[in-house]
Amino acid sequence: MALLRAEHVTHYFGGLCAVSDFNLDLEQGELVGIIGPNGAGKTTVFNLITGVYKASEGSIQLNGQELVGRKPNAITQMGIARTFQNIRLFKDLTVMDNVRIAYYNGLKYSPWESLLHIGRYRAQEELYTNKALDLLEFFKLDQFADELAKNLPYGSQRRLEIARALATGPKLLLLDEPAAGMNPREIEQLMEFILWIRKEFSLTILLIEHQMRLVMGICERLKVLDFGATIAEGLPAEIRANPKVLEAYLGEGGDQ
Amino acid sequence: MTYFFQQSLNALQLGSIYALIALGYTMVYGILTMINFAHGDLFMVGAFFTFIAAVLLGLPFVPTLLVSMIGVALLGVLIERVAYRPLRNAPRVSAVITALGVGLFLENFTLVFYPYPQHIPQLIQNTTWNIAGVSISSLQIIIILLSVGMMIMLDLIVRKTMVGMAMRAISWDKAIIPLMGVPLNLIVSATFALGTGLGAAAGTMYALAFPVIDPYMGILIGWKAFISAVVGGIGNIRGAMIGGFILGTVEIMVAAFLPSTYRDFVAFALLLVLLIFRPYGILGKPRPQKV
Amino acid sequence: MIMDNTPSSTSTPVSKGHALLERWKMRWDRIANNRKIFPIVLAVGFILSILVPKFGLVNEYVQLVIIYIGINIILTTSLNLINGYMGEFSVGHAGFMAVGAYVSAIFTTKLLPENLEAIYFPLVVLAGGIGAALIGLLVSVPSFKTRGDYLAIVTLAFNMIVKSVIENIEVIGGPRGIPGIAKLTTLPWTFFWTVLAILVIRNFVYSNYGRGVQAIREDEIASDLMGVNTNRVKLLAFTLSSFFAGVAGALFAHVLQFISPKVFDIIKSTDVLIMVYLGGIGSITGSILGATVYTVLLEVLRPFGMWRMVLMPLMLVLLMIFRPRGIMGLREFRWLIPGFDLYALKYWRAKKEVSHGTPAS
Repeated sequence: MALLRAEHVTHYFGGLCAVSDFNLDLEQGELVGIIGPNGAGKTTVFNLITGVYKASEGSIQLNGQELVGRKPNAITQMGIARTFQNIRLFKDLTVMDNVRIAYYNGLKYSPWESLLHIGRYRAQEELYTNKALDLLEFFKLDQFADELAKNLPYGSQRRLEIARALATGPKLLLLDEPAAGMNPREIEQLMEFILWIRKEFSLTILLIEHQMRLVMGICERLKVLDFGATIAEGLPAEIRANPKVLEAYLGEGGDQ
Repeated sequence: MTYFFQQSLNALQLGSIYALIALGYTMVYGILTMINFAHGDLFMVGAFFTFIAAVLLGLPFVPTLLVSMIGVALLGVLIERVAYRPLRNAPRVSAVITALGVGLFLENFTLVFYPYPQHIPQLIQNTTWNIAGVSISSLQIIIILLSVGMMIMLDLIVRKTMVGMAMRAISWDKAIIPLMGVPLNLIVSATFALGTGLGAAAGTMYALAFPVIDPYMGILIGWKAFISAVVGGIGNIRGAMIGGFILGTVEIMVAAFLPSTYRDFVAFALLLVLLIFRPYGILGKPRPQKV
Repeated sequence: MIMDNTPSSTSTPVSKGHALLERWKMRWDRIANNRKIFPIVLAVGFILSILVPKFGLVNEYVQLVIIYIGINIILTTSLNLINGYMGEFSVGHAGFMAVGAYVSAIFTTKLLPENLEAIYFPLVVLAGGIGAALIGLLVSVPSFKTRGDYLAIVTLAFNMIVKSVIENIEVIGGPRGIPGIAKLTTLPWTFFWTVLAILVIRNFVYSNYGRGVQAIREDEIASDLMGVNTNRVKLLAFTLSSFFAGVAGALFAHVLQFISPKVFDIIKSTDVLIMVYLGGIGSITGSILGATVYTVLLEVLRPFGMWRMVLMPLMLVLLMIFRPRGIMGLREFRWLIPGFDLYALKYWRAKKEVSHGTPAS
């Protein structure tokens, strides 16, 4: 059975059709890319999967459980985490707190225990804090643990966002333009990094990207969106040769 | 039925005062996304300028109105220059708290000079006509016509003039529009001048309609005008006018047909109900948040 | 070389004033960072709160001011939870206060026999807090959908509605209020409730629920997507905040000895707002300082008569212009931070060293 299955997902903003008849079957462990020109509805697909928007029509299922109609935090709890196109860290909180917040789901103490710092509070706090710090170490961010997130350099902020997403314990990770603002060398590193976290955390990854180099380099399958409609899908090599895709891009961004 | 018409007339009078004050809130919000909590107190200062002009200087109605409007407009521009402009890039609440501080300052400063409520003399020859049992006073007619006239004029300024166009442009995007050569500071000053000037006009008219004024009169009326602005959709000029008339009508009608102590309760409960069904007011639109 | 005409501290002889400033800054840091201060302050405060009224160490007036400082600290800390940590703009705190004040005053003036009120006073205050908390629960519901300015209006309307409802209930005195409330708020009780409020709110802030509250301030959508149950967290924050506002209201009623709807109008809410932003948002230290500085200044400036109320807002405006985040915005004295949270990183590093056998760096 597919990990994530989207069937006939359609979404309207007012009268505008942002996504029409989107279908997707993601198998456990796959790495799939969504590409398409600006405004093609790629991020909207992410917002529909994660519950930020409620799909107008269609169904999205994770392990056979319906997602449409659930709140974002409930969907995160079921095992989907994401990053954002424009970094959305908790800027005025420390790097450590950014990650700790993402452990909210596994919280095993009640509000009462939190008010008086009694019962399971102490042990749980230590557990999550150490888990968070281990995760930060894994991402080579532990030396910044006490810094405010906004003070990190850009690349580290991107990494922190991924670390924070992983702290929620996802099965499926959605990356929204992870290579935005990176130079070719950094993109090379990012590609390795993505493959590495997929292995380490046994993830399934769905990513949106404009950088053809990255998409063609690591994605096993691609979907191409244009004006909300899926215009092509298949192996990277097939997509590269597809005339419809070239037309949609009009040469723009294509890695000829 | 005559009772109803009589009350409707009162509602129009109160509503037009609320609407004039609400305009000031909405204009400043539209351009700076800042709630100018001192605005209710500028309305109060308008009433006191009226007192000064009419009693101490002995001026007739029209010059009094002008003194109050121009005086408060200058004060509004000064407040923006001195207190709000340094905070334009600070956290938004800092500006709001500053505005609260400015409001308190205005109240207490006035209180130092006028610790007791003051009486405003009758500036307009008040004749009352009786039409089919409804008594209409010349004062009511003047207040309603003058307010509506000012609102139409403001609407024209915002829609037809270069200054108005600049205001609308800046409320659309504060960062980019100044790069296109629109003088941001000048336009903000103009907005404050217009908004507070209208608030002062409301102060003058209120003082004529309810001729006892005190330094704290601006608080409750200010909040209510603010609510009018929200009801209409804050940032929306026509919305503020509609909101003002709605709140005026609701208050007068509740007071007319229910025990008058229910007035505030019903007004605010209605506001809550409205916000549940139209969370962004009658003419307001949600600002879409990009994810 | 870049021309630089501004005098730097190295090129000019250190002035006397500058040295003094440096010394004060050092002292300030020492107070801010010394964790031993906390238990000492608690113990000394508690003992003093009992001894002072017993032996009349300071006069009645000073005692009264201290009680008001305590009440204001409770109000400020609890409002800071919503306005500072959660980043909303609640302007109706006096509404919750009113509920607490009225519930407790009804108990002591109407329900309890006169000789028992003093014994039951802590329970009465608790009842005031619970009453306010229930209302807070109700007010949190609109916050699920509404944010920012619109939520501000909801809290404002709530404040007005509470006032208006009380005015219309004759049994509790309507607009005339409840006179003749016994003066049950003592210095030790004020101290107890103030410390309780500070500790409980601090504990909440330094838990993952509290971090969820702060995440909402930073980015509500992102926090929702990181699994924070935003509705639940908002409900907790509003309930907790209103509980302590109710407690403060109860204490207030039993020191003022007379309450009326007018006492709890929007002006009272504005007072609390000013203390919150004066002290600084998202800081419990700030709330304590803000409440204390504001209350004391009002008393110190009393000789200025009416001008005092002109000076206060002027100072607030100046503070906002030169320090828009208040005295302590988003910062905390180290001794107010729970130890294991403060040293979490240190503990973790120490553990790493032990398990790896070699120091990390």
